[in-house]
Amino acid sequence: MDVGIVSYGAYIPRFRITPQDIGRVWGSDGDAMSKGLMIYSKSVPAPDEDVVTISVEAARSMMRRCDVSPKDIGALYVGSESHPYAVKPTGTIVAEAIGASPNLTVADLEFACKAGTAGIQMCMGLVGSGMIKYGVAIGADTSQGAPGDPLEFSASAGGGAYLIGSEKVIAKINGTYSYTTDTPDFWRREGEPYPSHGGRFTGEPAYFKHVTSCAKGTMDRMGTKPTDYTHAVFHQPNGKFPTRVAKMLGFSDEQIKLGLLTPYIGNTYSGAVPLGLASVLDHARPGDRIFAVAYGSGAGCDGFDITVTDEIASYRRDAGPTVAQMIERKKMIDYATYAKYRGKIRMKEGGQ
Amino acid sequence: MTTARFWRDNQTRYNLMATRCGNCGKVTFPPRNVCPVCHRKSMGKMKRFQLNGEGEVYSFTVVHEAPSAFEMQKPYVLAMIRMDEGVMLTAQLIDVEAADVKIGMKVKATIRKIGEEGPGGIIHYGYKFTPF
Ligand SMILES: [Zn+2]
Repeated sequence: MDVGIVSYGAYIPRFRITPQDIGRVWGSDGDAMSKGLMIYSKSVPAPDEDVVTISVEAARSMMRRCDVSPKDIGALYVGSESHPYAVKPTGTIVAEAIGASPNLTVADLEFACKAGTAGIQMCMGLVGSGMIKYGVAIGADTSQGAPGDPLEFSASAGGGAYLIGSEKVIAKINGTYSYTTDTPDFWRREGEPYPSHGGRFTGEPAYFKHVTSCAKGTMDRMGTKPTDYTHAVFHQPNGKFPTRVAKMLGFSDEQIKLGLLTPYIGNTYSGAVPLGLASVLDHARPGDRIFAVAYGSGAGCDGFDITVTDEIASYRRDAGPTVAQMIERKKMIDYATYAKYRGKIRMKEGGQ
Repeated sequence: MTTARFWRDNQTRYNLMATRCGNCGKVTFPPRNVCPVCHRKSMGKMKRFQLNGEGEVYSFTVVHEAPSAFEMQKPYVLAMIRMDEGVMLTAQLIDVEAADVKIGMKVKATIRKIGEEGPGGIIHYGYKFTPF
């Protein structure tokens, strides 16, 4: 049985702030940060947006693009590190809002920035074994960095939703491979508002080691090499890391171009690879082969080998907004507005 | 409002569930058990269905003095929207500047947070409208 992507949807909030505006407030060099991180602006959610609303937007766009009945969805997983509730699954609200309730299994997943792709793997297993007809995997976040922390220059918001099935598949998932270790590069304890990170520790032993190991492991198992792929998407905490890791592995700038969104919208965490892959699928043609590696701190990677099918020619992409359209649809805000929207200003109770 | 009362209306607020009278065809939103036109003749003939989420601005106002739950978003636009199915509803317009809102403007439904019962309480989600 061919298991793969039947439909997909994406969502990016409209507000943006520049590293220059953030740097000005904290007395750090915004231009240098922008250049160092390769981030020109990052998305900011409105005060009435959160992982639930972002997930629903992406999932509704996914459902509008295909003819699948929401009642045929047997599983729904939402991967995020910013679920609005500590206890009360985001997925329950998303399932109700797309009309998939009540005959399905739902769970919220957490694995830093790769919980969304972990959901894709779980759906692949359930569909492949015949336990369910369709599964939905969503990766979405509204991440925050502590004020003044370097993370504040990149942590942003957005998400992508994927309908996994075995009929009318627009992109077949040929194989997936994961690489996981115990690496404390980034964490957040229960009740803490902002995450902590291991500083320099986050680069070499964490992101680069895991992404290269997972990429090589995936290609070894599939018997492929970088030149076999039309497009490649890597987790993108900033613009620099995926660009460098692509070069290390032998992928060209051209191959990663469509899937590299962080320079324009920042690091969407669990939304990063789902959104990058959505951007590639917005442009993909039958026969295109796509390579994707998601990374989650803690740490682990999910690698995917995907082939676009002939079904994409008749797929209704226009029924939902493209990633490029949502990147274009923006309104710049200053740091004061950003601080107000992100709850960084202490308010009397009741404000939101 | 209580958690239970909000919960009962989730289908209406998330998915714009309405009712259509099987006798005269009148659409009502929020859903009703009895048609306001046919009364008893509509009993057992009220069919639930989902509005398509599209409509146009019939009238609007800009709110400057917001209730505390909307403090963050002021000034914001509150509009009467005539849905494609003919029913009228009132909702917040988002992703648009007040100066750009026009009567007759095409809008579509989206889901947003519409309130919460304090930092430890239930979060309420529901429809708001955004320009096409
Ligand atoms: Zn009637």
